[in-house]
Amino acid sequence: MTRLAARWLGRAALVAVLLVLAVLAGTSIGETAIPLPVVAQTLANKLYGAGYPLDRIDEGIVWNYRLTRAIVAACCWAGLAVAGIILQALLRNALADPYLLGISAGASTGAVLVTVAGVGAGAVSLSLGAFAGAVTAFLLVALLARAAGGGQGARGAGQIVLAGIAGSQLFNALTAFIITRSASAEQARGIMFWLLGNLSGARWDNVATALPVALGVTLVCLWHVRALDAFTFGADSAASLGVPVRRVQVLLILAASLATAVMVSIVGAIGFVGLVVPHAARLMVGVRHTRLVPAAALMGAMFLIAADVLSRILVPGQVLPIGVVTALVGAPAFALILAHGRTAR
Amino acid sequence: MNGPIDAPPSLEAEALCWPARRAPILRGVSLAVRDGEMLGLVGPNGSGKSTLLRLLAGLLPPARGEVRLLGRPLRRTPRREVARLVALVEQQAETLERITLRDAVELGRTPWLSALRPWGAEDDGIVAGAMAAVDVQHLAARDWASLSGGERQRAHIARALAQRPRILLLDEPTNHLDIHHQLALLELVAALPVTKVIALHDLNQAMRCDRLAVLQAGRLIRLGPPAEVLTPELLRDVFGVRAAFVTDPEDGARLLRFLSIS
Ligand SMILES: Nc1ncnc2c1ncn2[C@@H]1O[C@H](COP(=O)(O)OP(=O)(O)OP(=O)(O)O)[C@@H](O)[C@H]1O
Ligand SMILES: [Mg+2]
Repeated sequence: MTRLAARWLGRAALVAVLLVLAVLAGTSIGETAIPLPVVAQTLANKLYGAGYPLDRIDEGIVWNYRLTRAIVAACCWAGLAVAGIILQALLRNALADPYLLGISAGASTGAVLVTVAGVGAGAVSLSLGAFAGAVTAFLLVALLARAAGGGQGARGAGQIVLAGIAGSQLFNALTAFIITRSASAEQARGIMFWLLGNLSGARWDNVATALPVALGVTLVCLWHVRALDAFTFGADSAASLGVPVRRVQVLLILAASLATAVMVSIVGAIGFVGLVVPHAARLMVGVRHTRLVPAAALMGAMFLIAADVLSRILVPGQVLPIGVVTALVGAPAFALILAHGRTAR
Repeated sequence: MNGPIDAPPSLEAEALCWPARRAPILRGVSLAVRDGEMLGLVGPNGSGKSTLLRLLAGLLPPARGEVRLLGRPLRRTPRREVARLVALVEQQAETLERITLRDAVELGRTPWLSALRPWGAEDDGIVAGAMAAVDVQHLAARDWASLSGGERQRAHIARALAQRPRILLLDEPTNHLDIHHQLALLELVAALPVTKVIALHDLNQAMRCDRLAVLQAGRLIRLGPPAEVLTPELLRDVFGVRAAFVTDPEDGARLLRFLSIS
């Protein structure tokens, strides 16, 4: 085995251990703290049929509630952070984030159409509605950017950001319109909660979607780290370095959008992730994507588990919407990053 | 440095036109770059030098005509393969990313790397050599934003050298450079064992090329050895200046002296 391979294996092992520890911590901490040994024994029971005698309720909380929640949280933020990196590199815009492309606004509209306006007559789940809305919004934004004469390079990137802002406004207005027209106070509150992000519904079937999508988008991105680096001096420069620009752009932006749509449809619109985490990771490991992508995925996963724990213990007896916690932590963190960036120049 | 006269063309343009709609910027440019030569592109601002270089590098698809690389149509050569043969140093390429100069130069290895062929000691050596060639190794760890215009230009050239191309396309590479580095750079480029196409504004520097191509309003109006191409009549017609050749008594070199605008 070469030294390089050994180093990479070592890093991958470290990342895996850190992630497992974070998930275990997220599972153990909560309104009723469940000791780590109980968590470990539950896992042993479920995974190997170890047969430790445990409280049925504790076991249920760990396996069906806390564990799924922690895993879904980790997947969502990892996926969104990677999506953020992709968009920032390809659009060459430090402010690009998955929500900029109108994806979360579209998801909200889709969710509202299903829950409030009754589209699908109960046969369509909120997640599915949100996903459909997200994809629709993204397609509209992409078409608009194209119609605006997008093309390649800095101008094309600018157009897609502008188109995304227009799309977001449109879909947010649609959402507000539907809510004010036909939602009861009860429904409006529920929607509000969903919009701010909600992990309480995370179960194993959500893990089954979130985990492959998060892994998928991270792997696709890892496969293209050199191409992403090559965009440093713009799309033309990337092309002259041998990157098939169009193909990479289409593939990666589609992957990022799809991942965002899936994550938003599972947990709602948690703001700020795709923006803050990549920037924080850049400060720690630099701008080269070979390190940035794994670092951001890992940091994203850990941050959201931490934020989820906070959301459960900050106010006793009440679970705060996760989006409130991420924004409360994220906004000051982002301000700090900006200030640091200024002085470091 | 004189290129072999009857070597086959390594890069060929045939009746290039661009763009298809709107007023044409290039109108039927044909030229064959010989293997190993240094071909200079001269012409007034806006005459189409940068556009021609971008077409030759495959960054723009020709509206009509064809570019051939080692006899093969550029259009049908995979980008990665093109990048292993042709490197382009653009007139301006900037970034807001917080990369170091070494990061920028390392980008030049992109066409040679893949997930299955990771960075290796050989790449480190090539990058170090490329930085040494343009005298920027002492700046390797510096932030891009902190570099001067000339230092950035040299870094771009180092990046192109790190690509290990057979053909180097340079768009006004001596822009931003002080006179020492201008001369050093031209010397370096001339000595490189690759084929060079170089857009230049300084006509005395252009005299060092093996051949010169003169562009005017998107047309190739002259192609040949500098001494035959750069005549007082051409300078008057194309650039609108009165000029004369003077001979340096020191070594007998012929220099252009510009008298007035006509
Ligand atoms: N994408 C474009 N759309 C419209 N016009 C363009 C485009 N690119 C170049 N041009 C025009 O084509 C002409 C040739 O441009 P080009 O950059 O090739 O000139 P150049 O010979 O390199 O000039 P300079 O010496 O100033 O670098 C200019 O008039 C320029 O304005
Ligand atoms: Mg030019």
